[in-house]
Amino acid sequence: MRTMPVGDRALLVELADGDEAGALHAELLRRRASGALPPIREIVPAARTVLLDGLDRPGHFARELMEWEIPALHASVQDAIEVPVRYDGPDLADVAALWQVTAEEVVRIHSAAEFRVAFCGFAPGFGYLTGLPQQYAVPRRATPRTSVPAGALALAGPYTGVYPRSSPGGWQLIGTTDAVLWDPAREPAALLSPGTRVRFVPERR
Amino acid sequence: MTDRAFAVVRAGALTTVQDLGRPGHAHLGVPRSGALDPPAARLVNRLVGNPPEAAVLETTLNGCAVRPRCAVTVAVAGAPSPVSVDGRPVAWGSPVRVPAGALLDIGPAVFGVRSYVAFGGGVAVEPVLGSRSTDLLSGLGPAPLADGAVLPLGGAPAGHARVDAVPHPAPPAELVLRVRFGPRHDWFTDAAPTTLSRSAYRVSSASNRIGLRTEGPSLERASNGELPSEGMVLGAVQVPPDGCPVVFLADHPTTGGYPVIAVVDERDLAAAAQAAPGIPIRFVPVR
Repeated sequence: MRTMPVGDRALLVELADGDEAGALHAELLRRRASGALPPIREIVPAARTVLLDGLDRPGHFARELMEWEIPALHASVQDAIEVPVRYDGPDLADVAALWQVTAEEVVRIHSAAEFRVAFCGFAPGFGYLTGLPQQYAVPRRATPRTSVPAGALALAGPYTGVYPRSSPGGWQLIGTTDAVLWDPAREPAALLSPGTRVRFVPERR
Repeated sequence: MTDRAFAVVRAGALTTVQDLGRPGHAHLGVPRSGALDPPAARLVNRLVGNPPEAAVLETTLNGCAVRPRCAVTVAVAGAPSPVSVDGRPVAWGSPVRVPAGALLDIGPAVFGVRSYVAFGGGVAVEPVLGSRSTDLLSGLGPAPLADGAVLPLGGAPAGHARVDAVPHPAPPAELVLRVRFGPRHDWFTDAAPTTLSRSAYRVSSASNRIGLRTEGPSLERASNGELPSEGMVLGAVQVPPDGCPVVFLADHPTTGGYPVIAVVDERDLAAAAQAAPGIPIRFVPVR
């Protein structure tokens, strides 16, 4: 674990990998819930960092952080939410070719994995989900689409994501869900927030 | 004409509704948003007796014109600009009573970029995640003003705040931004921090509410690796592949993959919001 000052009111904590970042994020949320943290405006996990923004004494907190015992992430500490999916994306065949399996196998492998929302970004409610074994990482499309529909289930690099609304995008589209990923009038607004466990369940057609 | 609302007669280049923004949701990919010049937004609210969190209008370069359907107290500050009611000049930086049905016109900024317009009771569009701010990156909050649109106003505040004199800003000769290096200054050549702090940069016309773009010498990276996405703060000086620093403003993305060489002191960002294209920028390192 390495901490870097970000201006005079924030701290970037860099971990060895995404799982360690997830473990620190979970511990920060536990301590915040029990009232053991100083006020922090934003706690933003990402690929292998956690940003703490709006801290009064970032240097002091960085030193405290080094003393923490941080439990490793346990799989399924909470029940995974189930997201119904139709594996009907236009890039399903391309992903099957990259994985060197059939399209049916892509569905089986993807729906068998348990995912964790590592972080959000790109758009409100867009989660970067990890959980696929490393050999299934895929490149982005060479040419991004100008419009990807809301609810598109997509892969890029090690991540799975679902587009909360129609937007341009370069990820490989493998399916579609009718689940509402983002609704500001709902509490919580985001279906997938960092730390949430997720399973994708194939819909019967 | 007694309903509490105003009609947009001339929306201007870009006029948005802004308040103090929606901090606290960055982990969901929601930008903080809010007025780019918060002291100016607070000032106009104070002039009409509103609380600081009331929503105001933020104009861009050429003002806007609206027609309130009810008598309302307004105040304009931020970028100095000519203000008129039914064609008669009225004071900038002071509370002004606008009769129902009169035309309130905020002209082009004399200097600076963004004028702020407060109405007694505030602009009362529906809040999203606790804020009425228009977020141009992710599309949250009300759409930018359009000619013919009608926006609701809140109930008039109980009393008027008394402010004797509003300091009138002088035209900025240059934009001075205090910076602290990091967190990713080690991604750049040893010469890059010196280049940033000793070179003449200028505000680029491609600047917007997401970032203040600059033109000047490019900052060279020490390696061509790819930085995994990480959280971004307001004021981050991010360096895209073209090497020209971008200072993140209120609608900045919450995560990003270009390295941040330094962070601008938040107290200098209001001035950044008022720096027109072509204004020279000086980055001054502090410890």
